[in-house]
Amino acid sequence: MSDIASRVKKIIVDKLGVDEGEVTNEASFTNDLGADSLDTVELIMEFEKEFNISIPDEQAETITTVGQAVSYLEEHAK
Amino acid sequence: MELKRVVVTGMGALTPLGNSVEEYWNGLINGVSGADMITLFDASKFRTKFACEVKGFDPVQHLDRKEARKIDRFTQFALVASDEAMKDAGLSRENVNPDRVGVVFGSGIGGLITFQQEVTEFAKGDGTPRFNPFFIPKMILDIAAGQISMRHNLRGPNYAVVSACASSTNAIIDAVTLIRLGKSDIIVTGGSEAVISEAGVGGFNAMKAMSERNDDPKTASRPYDKDRDGFVMGEAAGVLVLEELEHAKARGARIYCEVVGGGASADAHHITAPHPEGLGAKNVMLAALADAGMKAEDIDYINTHGTSTPLGDVAETKAITDVFGEHAYNLNISATKSMTGHCLGAAGVIEAIACIKAVMHDIVPPTINHFTDDPELDPRLNFTFNKAQERTVNAALSNTFGFGGHNACVIVKKYQP
Repeated sequence: MSDIASRVKKIIVDKLGVDEGEVTNEASFTNDLGADSLDTVELIMEFEKEFNISIPDEQAETITTVGQAVSYLEEHAK
Repeated sequence: MELKRVVVTGMGALTPLGNSVEEYWNGLINGVSGADMITLFDASKFRTKFACEVKGFDPVQHLDRKEARKIDRFTQFALVASDEAMKDAGLSRENVNPDRVGVVFGSGIGGLITFQQEVTEFAKGDGTPRFNPFFIPKMILDIAAGQISMRHNLRGPNYAVVSACASSTNAIIDAVTLIRLGKSDIIVTGGSEAVISEAGVGGFNAMKAMSERNDDPKTASRPYDKDRDGFVMGEAAGVLVLEELEHAKARGARIYCEVVGGGASADAHHITAPHPEGLGAKNVMLAALADAGMKAEDIDYINTHGTSTPLGDVAETKAITDVFGEHAYNLNISATKSMTGHCLGAAGVIEAIACIKAVMHDIVPPTINHFTDDPELDPRLNFTFNKAQERTVNAALSNTFGFGGHNACVIVKKYQP
């Protein structure tokens, strides 16, 4: 697992209170990991803070799974 | 229309003296002080470095970790105390009609700690707003009432009551009214407060409202002592399950006592200082007695607002002698804030619990930390100094007063069929 992927997964485990094993690339924040709309906003904010970037709203809306978050951040993280 | 009778069938408490009603009551009758140096934040630069904190509270022992993170400490307290009260009343999702059970819950300030954290975070940044999406729903004062309803599936009337340090007494009075009028069978009521933080302590310190006896925290809250120098901040939650009498009987509930009346008034005088002659305090006790259909002589015990401030203690005492006349000298009076500190919006309910337990057990908890008589106070009054006293307590009255000049008073009485 890349460094970025493990940092992303750590945030998800922490914020959503789920087991590490559930945080697969395919897992959807809302359908599989029990997040509501406010949780997903908070996750995006935590990614921004952790990786010191700003994720535009229209991009944020396309990040709905763990894998999508990892690939977005691998591409954009400084 | 005939008003329905209201009884107490469940209680829960999280206090500086203990994290359940039994622990709290044991602390009260043994004269224990809940004060100590502040651990919740670094208070080394503050005028007051001590408070009455809730001790050993770990939210994840009671709440799902993810849920606990999304609610402020005052709501965590409210949920834990409501769990105890619901269980104590024998109520669960399975045995109540959710539409007939409401929640009326008070707090003086609400999620001040959350507000402070979020705004501090913002101020550290470059002006880009990065507020947490849970900021507002964590902070707002009514969220405790909402969260209690979600936790126990209670779909009746649901709202918060705010009148500073009188909040939870006003909440109890509203709950009584809803049940008396037949609007609900059961109301889960009370209040919660948790503002021992830089903003909370700093704010009250700036008003010179709090004791600064940093060298001896445990004796700092000393209502009616000549050398009192302000209140000691506390944090707490208390919950009462109030129930319509026939409903309680029909389900075979254990009845602790009856709530026979309540009163509310305003001083219309000053933002923080009490009316010097205790006018609002006098009126609120008269209103509560009238509401209960009782005479002054029917009261055995008064749990006073008694915060240990120089002016407040005198004004309330004057009001008591005005209302009760010669009977004032037969009463037991005590200020349990000498032990719990001033738990602000939760003060009313935890002191109502002290009254309920006094009525149940015929024991009056003391006013601890009495060293020197105050010549401004009538020496013939029995302030239950330093040690609990046993006596028959048929009825007890609890006063609470809030900044803004709000006064609220509630009377509980032994249940007689």
